[in-house]
Order: sequence, then structure tokens, then C-alpha cells
Amino acid sequence: MIAKREFFLFRKQRESTAFNHIFLSILVVFSLGPVVLLAVNSFKSNAEMGLNPLGLPREMRFDNFGRAWEQGEFARTFKNSIIYVVGTVAVALVLCGLAAYSLARKNPPGGNFVMIYLLVASTVPIWLYLVPLFFLWRSLGFLNTYHGLILIYIALNAPFSIFLLRSYLIGLPVELEDAARVDGANELQVLLKVIVPLAWPGFLTVGLVVGLGVWSEFQVAVIFTHNPEMFPVTTSYFKFTDRFGRDWALTNAGAFMMIAPVLVLFLALQRRFVEGLTQGGVKF
Amino acid sequence: MARDTATSLDGRRAAPARALGRKPKPRRTWTRYRLMRYYVVPWLFLIPILGLHAFVVVFPAIQGVYYSFTDWSGIGEAEFIGLRNFEEMFFEDQSYIDALARNVKWMIFFITVPFAFALFGSSLLAKVKRGAMFYRTALFMPFILPSIVTATIWRYLYNPRFGLPTLVGYDKALLGQSDTALWAIAFADNWHFWGFLMVLFLTAMQGIDPVLYDAAKVDGANRWQEFWHVTLPGIRPVVLFMMMMVMIWAFLVFDYIFILTGGGPAGATEVLGIDIYKNAFQRFEAGYAAAQGMTICLFAGLIVSAFAFLRNRGWDI
Repeated sequence: MIAKREFFLFRKQRESTAFNHIFLSILVVFSLGPVVLLAVNSFKSNAEMGLNPLGLPREMRFDNFGRAWEQGEFARTFKNSIIYVVGTVAVALVLCGLAAYSLARKNPPGGNFVMIYLLVASTVPIWLYLVPLFFLWRSLGFLNTYHGLILIYIALNAPFSIFLLRSYLIGLPVELEDAARVDGANELQVLLKVIVPLAWPGFLTVGLVVGLGVWSEFQVAVIFTHNPEMFPVTTSYFKFTDRFGRDWALTNAGAFMMIAPVLVLFLALQRRFVEGLTQGGVKF
Repeated sequence: MARDTATSLDGRRAAPARALGRKPKPRRTWTRYRLMRYYVVPWLFLIPILGLHAFVVVFPAIQGVYYSFTDWSGIGEAEFIGLRNFEEMFFEDQSYIDALARNVKWMIFFITVPFAFALFGSSLLAKVKRGAMFYRTALFMPFILPSIVTATIWRYLYNPRFGLPTLVGYDKALLGQSDTALWAIAFADNWHFWGFLMVLFLTAMQGIDPVLYDAAKVDGANRWQEFWHVTLPGIRPVVLFMMMMVMIWAFLVFDYIFILTGGGPAGATEVLGIDIYKNAFQRFEAGYAAAQGMTICLFAGLIVSAFAFLRNRGWDI
């Protein structure tokens, strides 16, 4: 350990990182520039967008947001997306938490088989089952319903959620659970009073990743909802075109409203996001 | 690595009856208790989510396999027609072959460009102490944006009237021309995706023994040699695993193309996902669409087998 530290100091003295900082800054401009531009442009009028596409706005047009909110029907799509996100996250955490607890602690017969099943199932291409699923959902009357979409989202997120929660639970000390049992707690009490308080970072990470996925989801939503009453927030984008073309001021303002809650959460909890997303790794 | 959580399959505790190494006394109450405690209760916890998953994924997947051998329109009866769909796909349907070729182009783009970006970024970032957290956050940030927003941003940037191309005097619509549209969409997707790869590579690089770098220094290695002989071999398992995943994902692409061009102009960006979507939901050829979905599964299987084969042949994958 000491040897390693000495090597570290040794390297730090010898190696200049100016080169690294220059190129990393260029990459940061590449990554953040377009997002900053989106934010800046959401304050411009359409006329200014044509004259001054990449600069700071000369006149701040705050009414873009109000108009985008109206025209994009964000009141409804925001509400729908919140229902999809909350419904999916709540049910997925309960069901996947139970499954992960069973796999991590109860050693069910066939547990290894379950893990392999989930691993294989999570790599099955979605196009294999999407078309039959659509017709199955239609025959059940699940199209254009909240529960119809939420059930799909829960199932699609289940393998990742179970893996991550299970690995969190395995890392917890068993002794605390045993102590609770000795004190006369039943299974449910052990789960609610011991496991959940200890494993909440795992639950938070999974909740954030699943919630983000549902908030951003487009492909399944566009196939399984046709009634505008049920559209999620990602479909509001299509509301800003007419036969004359796209209203860029409103598009930018709308897109900014769509990502503002995500960005705030990401900046506040970015370690959890990065950890959860890179461990899940099933999203393109 | 991404799958580490999944690969260690052994639970922490063995069932006590087994751990003790001897059979408990055969009393009826004990047996019933044991049945409940070690068999029924654990499975009661598993069944709800596994049942739902099977209902949403496995059951339709099996149906999909069946429908791929029928001429089902999506409504009414499906007639079994054997391998006719596959015959049509590979020998008669030029649009399928063209779509497949575009997926292969997409795949070639995604196993080169994002990997180059990510390897470059992560090898720079691995050496930096000050501001490392800022860089990581900033470079990862596009990955959390919804595809619809990424697409919006890049549609704006590609705008032929006032977008980025106009800065260099290029006034054609990148998304509106057959020869540039697919690459323009791929680049937008890459902007969103490469930060994710970078963080994976960075995590892997932090696991490389620093002594190796010092040895390289002592041997007089320059930056490039150090990267090629120490860093890259050190993170090779992650790079190759992600290459395999990206190759599979390349057959699933849908969002970005659906949003930005919808398959146009003149079908120039019509990949398998778009083709399946149109066949199933616009042309009412659900059986044919299911067969196309089956072929994606086949390609994914081929890719995985190829990697497994190379590993068995002694390639250190």
C-alpha cells in the first residue's frame, strides 16, 4: 500500500496533465455545448433563431415556455408520464425487491436457474416479442391504459432491477437480520424494518434508473398508446410542427422542460445514476 | 464490469439443513415447516415478478416464433405457411436485404466511432486528478437525455438554414439526403452514447495495477505505447464485452431513426426496426414482421456464438 502511494507521488511529479485537460475540455464542449445551446435557444424568438442561431439571446422570451406548455399539451403528458414513472418504480421496487431478497438470502431451490433465466431474457431482442405482445395487449384491452404500459415497463426493467438489488442485499451483514429474528420479528418485519432501511441506497439507485428509463421511453409508448389522452411526455415533441414546418422556439422550450427535472435529479444524485446505469448496461 | 452482479450466482447462505451435513429428524411438523421455510416462501417472493416477466416477454416471444411461420395479418386466423416468410425475406424482399445492410453499416459505425471517442476520453481522464469528477459528470450527461431530446438537439444542429453545417458553408440538409442521413443519425446517437462507454472503460482502467504503468515508464514508453501495451490489454474484457453488446444492439435500433427521418428520405434510413414496425402496424403483415423479428434473434445468437467460439479457440476474450 505504501509502495503504491509512493509510486503515485512519483508519477504525479513527472507527468504533466495539461495535454489531458486541453482535450478533455474539448470533449466537454462537444458534450455540453449542444445542451447549453438548447437551453439558450429556448429563450429566443423564432425570428432571432434564424438571425442568431448559435449565440446568446438578445431578448429573453420567457413566454416560449408558456406557449410550449399549452401547445405541447404538457399538462396532460407530464401527468401521464408521472403516472407511468411512479407506477412502474413503485411496483417494480416492491416485486423486484422481494425477488432479490429471496435470491440473496433464502437460497430458493432453482435460484441459479432463475438468475440464468433473467440473464438470457434480458438479452432477447425486443423485436421478437413486441409484435405478438401488441396483439396480446389488444385482445386483453390493455392498449391505451396506464396499467398496460406500466406492466410492460416493469417486466422490461425486472432483470436489471433484480440483479442490482440482489448484489446490494448480498453485501449486507446477515447478523442484523438474525438478531431481528431472535427478537421475534417475522419475515415481513425483517424485510421492512431491517433490509429496506439498510439497502435504501440500492433501492434509490434502481428507482432512479428505472424512473429515468420510463420518463425517456419512446418506442414502447408510441406502439402501445394511440389515444392522445394517454400519451407520455416524449410525444409532445410532435406537437410543434404544422404544415409550415417546425416551430423551433417552442420545440426547444418544450425539450428543455422535458429534461429539466431529469437534469436536476442527475446533478444532485449523479453518483447513483452513473453507478446504476453502468451496472445495468442494458440500454442503448 | 456490467455483468459482474449477474455472474456470481451463488447465494450467501446455504439452506441450514444442507449446511449441517446431516438429515434433520424425520418428524412431520419439521418437514412441513422446512417445506414452507425453504421451498414455498422463497418461491412466493419470486413468483409475482417472474410470472409478470414471463407473461410480457416469454409468452409473446413463443407466440412470435409460432407466428413467424404463418401469414397472420394481426386480426383473425393465422394460416401456417412453413418457411415461406423466410424464403420471401432472403430471396424476394429486396427491402429486407437493404434494411439489413443498413443495420450492418450502423453496426460498423458503432463498433468504431463511439469506441474511439470512449477510449480517447477515458484514457485522458484516467490520468487526471483535479476536476476528474466534473469531467466524468459532464461527459456522461448526454447519456441520461431522452432519445427524443437528443434527436431534437441534433435536428436543430443539422438544420441547413442556420445549423452547424452552414458554419463551414455546407447548405444541404444532412438528414434530407440519402447518402448522409444514416450517418448523421448515427452521429447524433453516438453523441448520446459514448459517455456511457467511457465511464465503463474508466472504471475498468482504475482496476489496472499502477505498477504496470511505472514499468512502462521505466522502459521508456511514450503515451501511445503505454496506451497500446498497458491500458488496452488491461481493459480488454470490458471492451470486447461491450463490442458484443453493441453489435447486438445495432440490430435493434429504432428510436433515433423513427424520430429523425422515419425511414426516409426515400427509404434511405429504413433499418430492420423501422421495417418491422411498418410491416406489423401499417401493412398488416404481423406474421412476416414476427419472422423478421426472429431473424434479429438469430443474428444476436450468431454474434454471441462467434464470441464464444473465439474464446474457446483460445482468444483471450
